[in-house]
Amino acid sequence: MFSYHLLLGSTSTLSMQCSIQECPFGCTFGFLAAIKCDGSWNMNSIRVGRQERVYEMTLKRTLQSICMLTVHPNTTTSVVLQVVGDDGSLLPCAINASCAALAFAGIPLKHLAVAIGCGVVENGGVILDTNTAEEQQLKSFAHLVFPSSRKVVGSKEPKQKDVEFERGLITSISHGVMSEDDYLNCIERGVAASSRISDFMRKTLQKEAASVAA
Amino acid sequence: MAEKTEPAAAAASRLAGEMEVEAYRRLFPLAFLERHLGESVRPDARRLSEARPTTVALGAVSSAHGSALVRLGDTAMLASVKLEVMSPPAESSDEAVEFHMPPICSPLVRPGRPADVAPVISKALEDVLMSSGMLNLKELCLISGKASWLAYLDICCLNADGSLFDAALISAVAAFTHLEIPLVSVGDDGRVFTVGGNEGKTKFELVNREKRKLTLGDIPFSLTCALHKDSILVDPTSEEESIIETYVTVVVDSSDRIVSIQKLGGTVTSMTAVKECISLAKERRRKLREILIDSVEVMEVDQTE
Repeated sequence: MFSYHLLLGSTSTLSMQCSIQECPFGCTFGFLAAIKCDGSWNMNSIRVGRQERVYEMTLKRTLQSICMLTVHPNTTTSVVLQVVGDDGSLLPCAINASCAALAFAGIPLKHLAVAIGCGVVENGGVILDTNTAEEQQLKSFAHLVFPSSRKVVGSKEPKQKDVEFERGLITSISHGVMSEDDYLNCIERGVAASSRISDFMRKTLQKEAASVAA
Repeated sequence: MAEKTEPAAAAASRLAGEMEVEAYRRLFPLAFLERHLGESVRPDARRLSEARPTTVALGAVSSAHGSALVRLGDTAMLASVKLEVMSPPAESSDEAVEFHMPPICSPLVRPGRPADVAPVISKALEDVLMSSGMLNLKELCLISGKASWLAYLDICCLNADGSLFDAALISAVAAFTHLEIPLVSVGDDGRVFTVGGNEGKTKFELVNREKRKLTLGDIPFSLTCALHKDSILVDPTSEEESIIETYVTVVVDSSDRIVSIQKLGGTVTSMTAVKECISLAKERRRKLREILIDSVEVMEVDQTE
């Protein structure tokens, strides 16, 4: 059983992973974020509502598409997420955390899923990684998940300015009304940001792999 | 996965000549679908970019204030809107939009165990209806500060055959189009109650003059497309949805703005495919708008008769 704690600003999720029998992939989303900053908590938000079901289904389908589950037949891969703090961009944080947990657990993956939240501002600009205050003010925002960028290992040629092979999109969930151009803008910014996140993930995984091997 | 389907497809094509079509369809669903896609057609003889015939019937439930029965091919949805008077500030009605999938709709839904996809669709519907600005909530105000209408939208899936969200959204929109706010009066104890029938009009003092309909703003319409390698299949049936795990649902409103794009997992898709889906959704919106307007006309003709 492996656990991984991912902190994204003040939104943090704890992602654990273990295997059981029955159905091939399960996702559970525990919501501890009912506890607000001032120590009070709201009983109503503790019950598992529809928003958690939506997150569960999104996570399940996103992770199912990157895992190669046929390598472990007759087993269930179960991802349990516990929200420790929620300050916006909860779903991207959850996806990044569970992806890292799967990578640490050694489950074979096709590629990493890198998630980012983008918000559309009044003048058509795009802000990345929105927090709760921004999400409530913005008219529309989108959570996007891209495959991690590829890096050519040991290439002798100088860095070419991008053989921009099309990155593609794994998951996209949008809230609020936006124009088609705004949406495409979000995707562009998201792709750029996701390559930085995937570099960070790559470095972290390499460091951990080196320390484990040592 | 790729190397597994190669020998399967080769074996499938060998056996194709020898076995019946129905058996082939069950045993090798992917190969069956791909042979059709090779000819740019689908198992139910539709073209790739053709949606199933859609019918909308308003006023299906007589006890509700607004209702609609929508058929999208075999998928059938029944939506009803009921209004209730209550005094604001109402506690946040989380559950005002409810999408039910009773066991009648599909052999995959078992009694006692709610379908996985039902809460996801309810939440998505609620988000779309609220953010699209179709409903002006101020219209539901009755006596400012003291009483207002609370609308409950219930959508029941009668037959689940793919594109559930599309059908649910059309039925919700149609139910609101059909909605008529009933007449109300204030009783002796200060409570507001609904008044029906003609003698009611003269007996009680009415708060609102006449039954009226809501004015709807930008109406959202949606389209689900299944993406398989290079083909985009518009409005997939449940058989196609189970074979192709990747689909995009695009909701556009009348000014061609994107109200919502939902793509949950599945294979990595290129941006050109997503743009194609958006333009298909815009075309579909125009057709659906005509269908909705026609059904309203039909209902008005029925009422005047």
